[in-house]
Amino acid sequence: MKETAMSETAISPNIVAEHGENGDTKTRRAFLVAAGAAGVCYAGALAYPVYRYLASPSEMALSAAAVTEVTLKDAQKLPEGSVLMFKFGPSPAMLIHHTDNSWVALTAVCTHLGCTVQYEPQMDRIHCACHGGVYNPYTGANVSGPPPRPLKLFKIAVNDTGVEVSRT
Amino acid sequence: MTTKSIASNVYDWMDERLGLSELAAFARKKTVPVHAQTFWYYWGGITLFLFTLQCFTGVLLLVYYRPGVDAYESVRQITFVMHFGWLIRSAHAWAANLMIFAILVHMFSVFFMKAYRKPREFGWLSGMALLGLAACFGFSGYLLPMDELSYFATKVGLQIPAAIPGVGPAVANLLRGGPDVSEFTVQRFFALHVVVLPALFIPLLAFHLWLVQRHGNAVPESEEAKPLAERKTMPFMPNFLRKDIAMWIISLNVLALLASVFPWALGKQYDALAPAPMGIHPEWYFMSPFEMLKLLGFVFSGKLAETGEIAGILLFTLGIVLWILIPFYDKTKESGQRAQLAHYFGLLAVFALLATTVIGYWTIR
Repeated sequence: MKETAMSETAISPNIVAEHGENGDTKTRRAFLVAAGAAGVCYAGALAYPVYRYLASPSEMALSAAAVTEVTLKDAQKLPEGSVLMFKFGPSPAMLIHHTDNSWVALTAVCTHLGCTVQYEPQMDRIHCACHGGVYNPYTGANVSGPPPRPLKLFKIAVNDTGVEVSRT
Repeated sequence: MTTKSIASNVYDWMDERLGLSELAAFARKKTVPVHAQTFWYYWGGITLFLFTLQCFTGVLLLVYYRPGVDAYESVRQITFVMHFGWLIRSAHAWAANLMIFAILVHMFSVFFMKAYRKPREFGWLSGMALLGLAACFGFSGYLLPMDELSYFATKVGLQIPAAIPGVGPAVANLLRGGPDVSEFTVQRFFALHVVVLPALFIPLLAFHLWLVQRHGNAVPESEEAKPLAERKTMPFMPNFLRKDIAMWIISLNVLALLASVFPWALGKQYDALAPAPMGIHPEWYFMSPFEMLKLLGFVFSGKLAETGEIAGILLFTLGIVLWILIPFYDKTKESGQRAQLAHYFGLLAVFALLATTVIGYWTIR
């Protein structure tokens, strides 16, 4: 930019005489900055709607993630030693009715790479088929395999009409 | 190493393998004639720009559109649920109309400048094929929202192939995927609109552009009469390209204005039992052929009506065939009286198109 400015002042000495070399370079620079800014605004005005359009589902998921409580109607009838898969906000979760009549609800998303895990009552464990991660079905603790963190537990309230699951 | 020397090293590396400097030399050599009619040279470029916009907005719509039974619901979601979905859809619909308009301007300017003459016959032929494909794009795309208007427009439009003696009904059934417009129709129109037509259009467009590179711009007869030394030109790079880009930005602004101030409507979901809505009429670029068929239907009334319809289609097809074959009638600048006749034929075509379109809009009930 400096080069072009200098060559221009060299060809038009009249302008240099009138405005001085400094002033001319300044006007030119100001013009380029203004043009560049206008261009960026224009590109932004085009890109913004496209971005928002494509991001719509993730925005909807985000508002779904704000859910703090889910009521599972008639879930109190779940037989002992079985599992009910449900959605807590946007992601899968599981409600387990253990054989000792205790209830546990936890996220069903493996903390390793995000596969959905499964409850295996005969093995008394929660297992992830993707990379063999194993969790404790009572506490959600990661027992063996690659998972770095435990599965998160939800708070539970069992009553006559269903099961209420909420964020701890 | 400075940035400059890195850049020149990268350029040299690429150049050795891709021959960039040959391309650059080619681009420097290319010039565009400058004369009173230069304005018309921009319309091919405008069409090209609008086509790229169609690809871009089309892919964006494809992100949420679902053909088949769900078609209307997915367009409703795009229009009312997704952020700015209404704008993307509106831009796609408006750019389609602007593109057809730009093609027509481009075609008539080529016609009246006689740019179809030797050696540019293939440019004319490929251009006509591109126009045909653009009309198919328009017709197939119109059905995809599956609202009332799409439903009836497709129903009526497919009566034209159905009127072809003999094979007509079979052809129409094949296009429709059954005896009536249904979710099968929208599914196959979708396949046409996003796969088959682009697969035909893009290579043909490349061929068309390659021919323009090869033969350069044609000049009108008044320019051709001048000696070479007196004709003015401008270099394509960067002078003409700069003006081209200015035209594209103007087109984009016009599109943005139309798409946002007049958002494209979505009608009620189609209902095979509901009567056609009042005031229904073809898109403006299909108005003229429909009106011509209707007028010929009046001429041959009563029992002759069916004959009239077939005669109308034949007459219209004959007109299009003559139009396509014009480079083989008015071959060179020495073609004398044929040049005059071709010119009158062009004027007649413009007059017929405008007149029938006006009558068409005038008589909407």
